[in-house]
Amino acid sequence: MTDDVLRIGAHELSSRLIVGTGKYPSMEVMREAHAASGASMVTIAIRRINLDNAEGKTLLDFIDRSRYAILPNTAGCYSAKDAVLTARLARELLETDLIKLEVIGDAQTLHPDARETLAAAEELVNDGFTVLPYIGDDPIACKQLEELGCAAVMPLAAPIGSGLGVCNPYSIRIIKERAKVPVIVDAGVGTASDAAIAMELGVDALLMNTGIARAADPVLMASAMKHAVVAGRRAFLAGRMEKRLYASASSPMQNLISTQTP
Amino acid sequence: MRAIVNGAARELPDAVTVGAALELLGSAREGVAVARNDRVVRRAEYDVETVAEGDRLEIIEAVAGG
Repeated sequence: MTDDVLRIGAHELSSRLIVGTGKYPSMEVMREAHAASGASMVTIAIRRINLDNAEGKTLLDFIDRSRYAILPNTAGCYSAKDAVLTARLARELLETDLIKLEVIGDAQTLHPDARETLAAAEELVNDGFTVLPYIGDDPIACKQLEELGCAAVMPLAAPIGSGLGVCNPYSIRIIKERAKVPVIVDAGVGTASDAAIAMELGVDALLMNTGIARAADPVLMASAMKHAVVAGRRAFLAGRMEKRLYASASSPMQNLISTQTP
Repeated sequence: MRAIVNGAARELPDAVTVGAALELLGSAREGVAVARNDRVVRRAEYDVETVAEGDRLEIIEAVAGG
């Protein structure tokens, strides 16, 4: 367990929990939660600056880049074209080849548009990016993204921000069994047990935002998630016992004490 | 001349460089990146690449997200 490093392309992660920067009550709470999560990578989004509002402190002032690798996303993009431009701007801004590719198809479900995601992935891989695509829990789409050269695949556990936990553990298992690149469950984890369940399925890492940021105490939840990811990972590696329908005593059934006269 | 900056029309001097346009727009700082007509303008190109009538500029920054 001392060398359980996750490798994504040329990048190495010491923690299997990747956390977001959105929805925190304050930047200070976010920074504390990041520390409590033990994460070594955090996600950020890219947006147009507000030209009519003078700058103050920006998000990057609250992220210690010597401690956290930054994974920019293309959240909010509905087309491959917008996602590719966003990724290229992120690379210029942050000097990273990492991109969390997210091309959504619908504002209510925030489910990915597989066709646009595949198109963007192909272009970004060819442009030298380390592409981590957010995708549905679809083994075929995941395999296609892998074949295009994505460095990982990131199937959702449940809709973004829903906190519903792993809705389709069987698909996630199939995706993991067939993938040759890391599988990172992205979106839908609501509490520590959800995180442990996902990791016990054997996936390589989790990416979460709302589950931590919207907890009543985000810093405490970040710590809970850290431990849940470690617990789930270790349980997976340990190999769980088989389930049985009937009981199996843990204490010997021989040499029992008896008050009955023989 | 007019260019479209972050989706809105803005008046800029003729043949202004990208770097000078950022200064005029109050956006010349660390933590921003620029695209002109859907192509990223590298920092090293700020003083040579110019903005033309009708060009679209995107000036972006990192914000909180998941």
